[in-house]
Amino acid sequence: MLDFAWLILLFPLLGVLINGFIGNRIGKKWVGRVACAAVGLSFLVGVGVFFALLGEEHGRTVSLFSWITVGDFQIQAALLVDQLSTLMSLVVAGVSFVIHVYSIGYMAEDERYSRFFTLLNLFVFSMLILVLADNFLLLYVGWELVGLCSYLLIGFWFERPSAAEAGKKAFLVTRVGDFGFALGVMLIFATFGTLGYAEVFEQAPQVLTTGLATAITLLLFAGAAGKSAQIPLYVWLPDAMEGPTPVSALIHAATMVTAGVYMVARTHVLFELAPLSMTVVAVIGAATAFFAATIALVQNDIKRVLAYSTISQLGYMFLAVGVGAYASGIFHLTTHAFFKALLFLSAGSVMHGLSGELDMRKMGGLKDKMKTTYRAFLAGAAALAGFPLLSGFFSKDEILWRAFNSSIIPSASLRAGLWLVGIVTAFLTAFYAFRAVFLTFWGPSRVDEEVAHHIHESPRIMTTPLTILAVLALIGGLIGIPHLSAVEGFLEPVFAHHQAVPPPPAPPQPGGGSGILEWVLMALSAAVAILAIILAQYMYLVNPDRPGRLSKRYASIYKLLSNKYYVDEIYMAGIVNPLRNLASFLSRVMDAGIIDGAVNGLAAFFGRAGEETRKLQTGYVRNYGLAMLMGVVVVLGYLILR
Amino acid sequence: MIPSSYYLALSAIIFVIGVVGVLVRRNAIVILMCIEMMMGAAGLAFVTFSRYLNSLDGQVAVFLVMAVAAAEVAVGLGIIVSVFRHKQTTDVDEINLLKW
Amino acid sequence: MEMVLFVVLGAIAIIAALGVIVAGKAIYSALFLLVNFCSLAGLYLLLNAQFLAAAQVIVYAGAIVVLFLFATMLLGGGEEARGTSNVKRHTSRYLAIALAVVLFMEVGYVLVSGTLTGMQGSDTPEAVASMGNVQAIGKLLFTDYLLPFELAAILLLIGIVGAVVLAKKEPNTQYPISNTQG
Repeated sequence: MLDFAWLILLFPLLGVLINGFIGNRIGKKWVGRVACAAVGLSFLVGVGVFFALLGEEHGRTVSLFSWITVGDFQIQAALLVDQLSTLMSLVVAGVSFVIHVYSIGYMAEDERYSRFFTLLNLFVFSMLILVLADNFLLLYVGWELVGLCSYLLIGFWFERPSAAEAGKKAFLVTRVGDFGFALGVMLIFATFGTLGYAEVFEQAPQVLTTGLATAITLLLFAGAAGKSAQIPLYVWLPDAMEGPTPVSALIHAATMVTAGVYMVARTHVLFELAPLSMTVVAVIGAATAFFAATIALVQNDIKRVLAYSTISQLGYMFLAVGVGAYASGIFHLTTHAFFKALLFLSAGSVMHGLSGELDMRKMGGLKDKMKTTYRAFLAGAAALAGFPLLSGFFSKDEILWRAFNSSIIPSASLRAGLWLVGIVTAFLTAFYAFRAVFLTFWGPSRVDEEVAHHIHESPRIMTTPLTILAVLALIGGLIGIPHLSAVEGFLEPVFAHHQAVPPPPAPPQPGGGSGILEWVLMALSAAVAILAIILAQYMYLVNPDRPGRLSKRYASIYKLLSNKYYVDEIYMAGIVNPLRNLASFLSRVMDAGIIDGAVNGLAAFFGRAGEETRKLQTGYVRNYGLAMLMGVVVVLGYLILR
Repeated sequence: MIPSSYYLALSAIIFVIGVVGVLVRRNAIVILMCIEMMMGAAGLAFVTFSRYLNSLDGQVAVFLVMAVAAAEVAVGLGIIVSVFRHKQTTDVDEINLLKW
Repeated sequence: MEMVLFVVLGAIAIIAALGVIVAGKAIYSALFLLVNFCSLAGLYLLLNAQFLAAAQVIVYAGAIVVLFLFATMLLGGGEEARGTSNVKRHTSRYLAIALAVVLFMEVGYVLVSGTLTGMQGSDTPEAVASMGNVQAIGKLLFTDYLLPFELAAILLLIGIVGAVVLAKKEPNTQYPISNTQG
């Protein structure tokens, strides 16, 4: 079965080809069916591979074809089918399938229906390449392709200037990160002479100095920061909400943005050789988590809240891999995929029911009118908030615990600091999640008149995926319960043989109190979540003026947060505008002026020379005779003088 | 014997006068005459060398030059007549259609 | 004796040459040209080229100059007062004269520096006199220089044909009013 893993890639590719070339002719129904079937079949093959893998110890490399052979340099187009990549492909294919089904309903009215599904399939194909690649070059191909799909899908409604701008912004910002990533890959090649994972990871401990390892890993992390929206390259993700909601759900919540986390987990061997990089990853992860959560507190657009929430949760994942808890990071990735996709799709359902309204201040009282959507959203929000026993609770708690007693971060105070930031962010997360719930579904209806007449629940084809995801969000955490963690056990062969992961309860503190400590911290996380929910209820249901008054009292802070710390403006002024001016200068002065001027000047020179020379042809024979005489005199003189 | 350079100098003088005539006069026929004069001067140089180098080749050369000159004059005058028919003038400055 | 003759003939030649270029009317130029050619013939005699002297008079003075006279009279070669012509002067007289002077000086320099040499041949005046000038030239023409001779003949033929073709009137063409009739 493992040898057939390439089928995982084949089905989406077929979907792209069919929908891309004859999509317009086979009618919307078939387009949807083909696209969903493609992803669905891919998922099924993934399940088969998963079960096959359970019986084996290590993964397998499935070689597809010999891609590049130049002298000594050889790259195979090959897939690494191991536990990590299989888990990732299941997440990708599974969540994608659900979202494809949802999109059939959501995009039903759109004219460019087949283009949408072609691009979605192409995205799934690219993401699967990224996840299944067995060498850095193929990884890079997948990396770039998902970036391309993201651009195309964000700007899907390209008639809207804001959408086109958002697509461009996404592409350009991630390009900055990708540049670092490419440099990292090149550095790997320069150091190791090969790009295959197996060879690189095997040779790394002997070949890499700490300095070189730090350089490589920081460059790779730059790419991750771009793709996975960490500080400072996160600015594209909120704008990416211009795209259709299924796109936001799939790409910017569940899959593409997790590519960075996957990459760090995959190359953990290199990262462990550079403790500084690990610290950087963890610190940036924690900082981003906190930073984004604060912004999410005051956003009024429901999708923006979710976007910043995604950035924040990605920060958690990077915190996890930064402290060496790779399995925890991947676990959180999985649960996040479930509940974030759920939240986005529910938000889309709300939008659909409210004829396109996105501002939460104009919602309210929907819980009776859109029952299924409400329940789905509630489930997602609860999971996000880390409500005890739900999926988000287990994964987030795992990360916090691991941050607290990681063996990678030597400084105890840093560990404590990371944990503290994590738990504060958890509080904020729960708060803003339920703020969204209460503003959207509870309380008096603030919906506009005309819109209010048309409120309706979404069709079954949209609500069924919601239900599926809700179930996963609620119980999905059970696979990761501490000490029983199936996830960790499953992934162990991938992460095991390095000094990184501390086996579950092996504390750096002396004494046996660690087991207790873990439960205490877990209880603390639970308490924090519940407290935040209660606070949100108070602020938005019981005492709805409170937020307004608070925002007036702390007006400057409110302004800072609601303007996203002015980061976009800072980038614009500090980076974008100077570059634009430079480009304008270069194009006007250098290119049009100097270079064109030189070339045109040369042509003009010859033109003028020709014009002047032509005046020699006067037409008068005597002039010609004079010229001849002059010539004779000169030649004769030369001959004589010689 | 008179040094050959005397004859050659004379030939040079006549030649140069012919050159000036070609460049200064405007009547096409007179220009042609000056060209003939130049050819005559050249012939004088040939004959001088024939004499002073004791070789008859120079004289043969002049003989042939004369033949050529005759043919050339005939054709040249034919051209001038033909042009005159169209432009009614023999002034070379008026025949300037081949200018830029 | 020879010197005197040379000086006289030379002077006449030069004066005639100047006359050619200076004369106001074309007809005068033609007549001065005639004088020039005749003096050249005299110089040829001095140089022991009797045949050529005769040919000079016959061909040049007798045929070519006559042709010139015919053409001048046909086309009206009068150049009115040269200093005040209406047509703008298009060449500089002075430049031409200056260049010509330079040319003369160059040639003069060559002459004076004595670099002109040549191979001595075998036709000394005595050898020629023994055979006769005409025979001697004839012998050369028909042996060593046969090809140029024949070519010269063809050239003359071409000249005849060319002159006829050029001067022929196109049938049915209206020319602007010309001096001639027909």
